[in-house]
Order: sequence, then structure tokens, then C-alpha cells
Amino acid sequence: MTDADQDPDNRHDWKTDVFRVLKASGVKHIVYVPDAGHATALKLAEADDAIQAIVLTTEEEGIGYLAGAWLGGEKGALLLQSSGVGNCINTLALQACARFPLLMVVTLRGDWAEFNAWQNPMGQATEAALRLMGVMTWRADDPKEVAPLLHGAATMAFNGDSACALILGQRLIGEKQWVK
Amino acid sequence: MGEVNAGGPLDRRAVVARLLADREDLLVVTGLGSPSYDVMAAGDHDNNYYLWAAMGSAATVGLGLAKAQPDRAVLVVTGDGEMLMGLGALATIAVQNPPNLTIAVLDNGHFGETGMQLSHAGRGIALDRIAASCGFPWTAEIREMEAVDDLRARLGPRRGLKLATIKVVAENAPRVLPPRDGVHIKNPFRMALGHAPI
Repeated sequence: MTDADQDPDNRHDWKTDVFRVLKASGVKHIVYVPDAGHATALKLAEADDAIQAIVLTTEEEGIGYLAGAWLGGEKGALLLQSSGVGNCINTLALQACARFPLLMVVTLRGDWAEFNAWQNPMGQATEAALRLMGVMTWRADDPKEVAPLLHGAATMAFNGDSACALILGQRLIGEKQWVK
Repeated sequence: MGEVNAGGPLDRRAVVARLLADREDLLVVTGLGSPSYDVMAAGDHDNNYYLWAAMGSAATVGLGLAKAQPDRAVLVVTGDGEMLMGLGALATIAVQNPPNLTIAVLDNGHFGETGMQLSHAGRGIALDRIAASCGFPWTAEIREMEAVDDLRARLGPRRGLKLATIKVVAENAPRVLPPRDGVHIKNPFRMALGHAPI
């Protein structure tokens, strides 16, 4: 349960927007290591017969997968948590050298009101690490920003053979409740 | 742990040439290092995608390609060290179970590119048994050319997911280098499938 789940002020449904914008962008493959912030998009992806929803053991598998799907002519996106960005670093060379569209949607941990400090080192380094590896980044903290920023990132990924990441801030996702 | 089983009797170049003979519509992805050279030595082809980095990714590139091109047979040719770095991908691939994907691991039991250090495969880890445990419907350890011919006969797009470890001699064949420009390799590959550059 998170703040956003409680929806105290009838906030914009950004979780559905993630899936809706990916689908409208022509994405046929959604590859992921789960995160609570992606739960809605993953549920919608798994339920959609026109989408290949692919669960990974580690996030860098998604970079290889999406390179292969693009070689075969199809678009996809990688959904992951900030910790998984660390797992991807060396494999991002594949995108830099082969230049295929790599669209990533990253939920942040270690960003705001984090209970588990073990998330902080990678969470704090996530955006800088992506940029160091040549990935363009945008950050959403307002629910209404998610759809337009994801549309923009998808447009630049698929029209530029570029690596583009939308980072979803932890305030947007909500505070994880550890003690009930 | 099984007995030490470092490589085997087969010549890697002869194995790859046999697998790719009369290849027709076969799509091929190669793992970095010697497997890329072996596939190049068998003849460059628009339907080849050679990896030069992203160690551990050959099988996942093959998976994405197989899912996007379900009517084409996809063959991943990689080495034991490269496959070991992407071991989790065997679980991911088994869950998807694409019937058009075959992984051929040229297993010399060593990290050949870096000075022939003994690999996990060379110390007893059997990649085909790991794939079988994950649920691959067909796996084999191959030590004879007749079995390579049998594998080649099974490469059709509806013949089922497969992984074979092919035990090859631990020696570096002369390097036959494929192009290193990833974009240059990508565009003819996509165009051969009917997809224009952006």
C-alpha cells in the first residue's frame, strides 16, 4: 500500500498512463523485472494478447531482448527499478554500438522517504549512471507529467534509434509502508 | 559436480560450417569472441548479427529476435564463457519456450579470448543439463559430427526450443573478423527482413 494507492486527492492515473502510452507508441514487447510502481502496467501487459510480456531474471537481459526484437522489426520497452539500472551498465554498450531504440521506464528507490537505506546508493546514482552511459533521461514527479514525458521519450527512442529513460520519482510512486 | 570435462574432440570451424551449410532462411546471432569469428569464417551473410560486447547477451538477443520473427528459425552460436555470464537467460528463455530458437554453445571449457583460462564448463558445469533443468524441451551434449548433422536437421521454425553444448577442441583458430560497426551489421539484417533504416 502506498500513498498513491490511497489516492487521497483523486490523483491522475499515471500508472495506467504508462501502459497506455507504451501501447500507443507501438510497443509490442514489455520486458521487466517487477517493481511495485510498475504493477499496474505489468498487469495490463500480461493481460494483453497483442503484447509480449517477458519476465527477466536480471535487467540486462532486457537490453539484449529489445535489441533482438528491433532486429526483427518490433518495438519494446524495459520496465525496471533503479537498482536494476546498475545491473545494466556494461550491457548498455550494445545500444551505444548497435543503435537501436531502447526505451526504459525506471522507478526510483532511495530517492525520497526511503526506509531501506540499502536502496540509496544506486537510487541516488541512477540518473547520473544512465547519462554516463549515453542514455537520455527525463524525470517525472507529478502524475500529470508521466504521459507527456513518456510520449516524448518514446518518440525520441523510436525515431532516433536512441536510448531514452523516463525516471519515476519516489514521491510520485509513494512511500512504502514497512510496518502495518 | 561431475568429472572435469574441458572441451572435446570437435573442430569448431567444421562444426559451425556444417550447422550453417544450406542455411536458407536461418537467422544467426553470435556471441562475442571466437563464435563470431567461426560464423564469419563460414561466410558473411545479411542474416548474421555479430556481437562484439555485451557479454552474456547472445541468448537474449536471440530470444527477442525469435519472438519478433516467429516464422523464422533463429540460431544463437555462442561460447561456454559467454553463456555462463547470461545463465539467468536460460530461465527467461525456458519460460517463453519459443519453438523457433536454438542455442548452440561451442564449449571448449575455457575462456579462449583471454588466454585459455579454465571455465566453469571446463570444471564440470554442464550447460545442457542446466537448460534441461530449466525446462528446455530438447537438449544435448554433442561430441560427434553426426550429432551436429542431427541438430542442423532440427533447425526449422517449428521444431521446438533447443540447446546443445558442442564439445570442441580448446584451441584458437585463426581469427576471421566480422565487421565491428554495429550499425553497419544491423541495417542489412533488418532490411533483409523488410525493415528500412529509420
